[in-house]
Amino acid sequence: MLLEKLSNARGVSGNEAEVREILIQAIQDHVTEYRVDTLGNLIAYKKASGTRARKTIRVMLAAHMDEVGLMIVHHESNGHLRFRKVGGIDDRVLLSKTVLIGKDKIPGVIGAKPIHLLKPSERQQVVESDSMTIDIGAKSKEEAQELVKLGDYATFATTFSPIGNDCVKGKAFDDRAGCAALVEILKRDYPFDVYGVFTAQEEVGARGARVAAYAIEPTYAFALEGTVCDDLPKEKDESPVTRVGGGPAITFADNSLISDRRLVNLLVETARENKIPYQFKQAVAGGTDAGRIALIKEGVPSVAVSVPTRYIHSPVSLLNKHDLEYLIALMIKALPRVARI
Amino acid sequence: MTTDKKVAHFPMLDTNHLNLHPLKALTRRITEAYGPSGYESAVRELIRDEIKDYADEIRVDALGNLIARKKGSGAAPRKKVMLAAHMDEIGVIVTHIDEKGFARFAPIGGVFPLTLFGQRCRFANGVIGVFGRETKNSTTSEITLNKLFIDVGATSKDDAPIQVGDPAGFWRDFADLGNRLVSKAMDDRIGCVVLIQVLRELKQSPHDVYFVFTVQEEVGLRGATTSAYGVQPDLAIAVDVTGTGDTPESNPMAVQLGKGPAIKVKDSGMLAHPAVKNLLADTARAEKIPYQFEVLTGGTTDAMAMQTTREGVPTGCISIPTRYIHTPSEMIDFDDLQNAIKLLVAVLSKPVKLD
Repeated sequence: MLLEKLSNARGVSGNEAEVREILIQAIQDHVTEYRVDTLGNLIAYKKASGTRARKTIRVMLAAHMDEVGLMIVHHESNGHLRFRKVGGIDDRVLLSKTVLIGKDKIPGVIGAKPIHLLKPSERQQVVESDSMTIDIGAKSKEEAQELVKLGDYATFATTFSPIGNDCVKGKAFDDRAGCAALVEILKRDYPFDVYGVFTAQEEVGARGARVAAYAIEPTYAFALEGTVCDDLPKEKDESPVTRVGGGPAITFADNSLISDRRLVNLLVETARENKIPYQFKQAVAGGTDAGRIALIKEGVPSVAVSVPTRYIHSPVSLLNKHDLEYLIALMIKALPRVARI
Repeated sequence: MTTDKKVAHFPMLDTNHLNLHPLKALTRRITEAYGPSGYESAVRELIRDEIKDYADEIRVDALGNLIARKKGSGAAPRKKVMLAAHMDEIGVIVTHIDEKGFARFAPIGGVFPLTLFGQRCRFANGVIGVFGRETKNSTTSEITLNKLFIDVGATSKDDAPIQVGDPAGFWRDFADLGNRLVSKAMDDRIGCVVLIQVLRELKQSPHDVYFVFTVQEEVGLRGATTSAYGVQPDLAIAVDVTGTGDTPESNPMAVQLGKGPAIKVKDSGMLAHPAVKNLLADTARAEKIPYQFEVLTGGTTDAMAMQTTREGVPTGCISIPTRYIHTPSEMIDFDDLQNAIKLLVAVLSKPVKLD
């Protein structure tokens, strides 16, 4: 399964090469041409096909390759490593996690004080990531320096696996789920030019999408994402942002974008007519590549549609395979209709 | 009898539509229109109708900005001047409807929870909602958005006339208080009114003037970002509202209602180009138009986005002093409005030399 390969691959923002290689293998037989731009975006171009091709339309589909992670910034005299977060990570999910550092995958543990030694006041507090260290079993600064260089990236050491009947768990489903969907979508033909862009550095400010969109100047853009999901039991009658198993989640607005209503309606109508389950992302939170693409040059009508993913930006996330399949089905059905907007 | 009584109590409301000064009537039409960020089409059509006989070319760009060009009379190549006022207003968007038909919402733009309780909002389909608040375990001194809900008079989720994803703007009608005007969305429909009226009154300009009615200013200057890229102006001026320091115990700010349009020196997102600031002030003095300088400590305008587009654009901003910004009752002074129009017409009628 492609998602498994993509999830296990390591690619913190700015270091997406491993993910990119997998994607190049996956798409090269299905696209007209592809290139890697200066920032590391993988831009796959698929020429319009069919006699009724619309030459005036260029559609950009974006899914980001990068994941949140850590960067090593200091060697302690006892051989421990200090780090900084790359992308948004809640400090509470870091303690006691195993990580892999650098291209040699040096294993490490983000150490925590055992409960026996915690003062009562410390039990009430969240340890800040700035005061955490990674233990790689080194006895001295010199030994640590041999194994790990400053600036090396660390990723969570999580392995993809099935969980339950329909779900899978793994790291970095945000946004390897979108990447996996985009690969499938690029296997079809469309009556207009399609640019499938696997973007770099989304988690640190949608930087890849910005320069890719500048180069492409799309007519319309879709971001394919793994988005927040909080469908755990709640005391009050309030909606989860998204539900696992409820189908792809369409964003009407988030902090980066007010989705183009025509594109929202296009997705909703396509889902209804084809009996594809869908849901809205019921919160105005977060941001995606779509927010950046929308503001490029003279502007691009844009929308984001996502696989609901529990526990994103943590060492392990969970999604339902059917949600991913439905996202692919929805996009394949919806895209040709873009020509009629 | 009841009618008479009502007239006696609310003379302004009931005579509002009669014999209203044309500029006040225009202000009423434009401010009362529905248009939270991202959903400006009703405002856009209204404005298009008001300006269609005065512009040489009108287009709508990919994000929905309305761009009207008035061709200059000078010899080519002519300078391009971009004026920007935003069509969108702050509002809310439905994120959840519970079993009893009450809606929860997220803000669109800078919404203060304090200003909502008991107020009304209006959806695109005309449905009116009332903002209610949870009273259990909360006090009036700590109203937060997640303790507020919208009541559209529904009894269940099924008979609610709205859906998740529906946006709403505040709803409050326009009131003519004589020399002071009150309405929702003065920010920045009053800027739109200025642009409409300048386009109508401007006999001729040596420059190509682009009157740009922008979208999505309240969520991050998004419409100005793309329209400025498209227009590629040589000079840009935003027309927006600014706060005042003239109400009881207000934060100190040297801007007052009725003292003339405010020429922006700086705000939290932009330093006005000194030459543009001087151009505005010198013109005001020459034309004997009252003006004041503005230093705004919180907030910014489309001018920020225009200034940094492409290779950069000399940019300034004319602000209409406004009380109670981002509430359903924003108040401006009618003289300030007229003087802002006069000032812009004067600036655009002559060749501009920036130095």
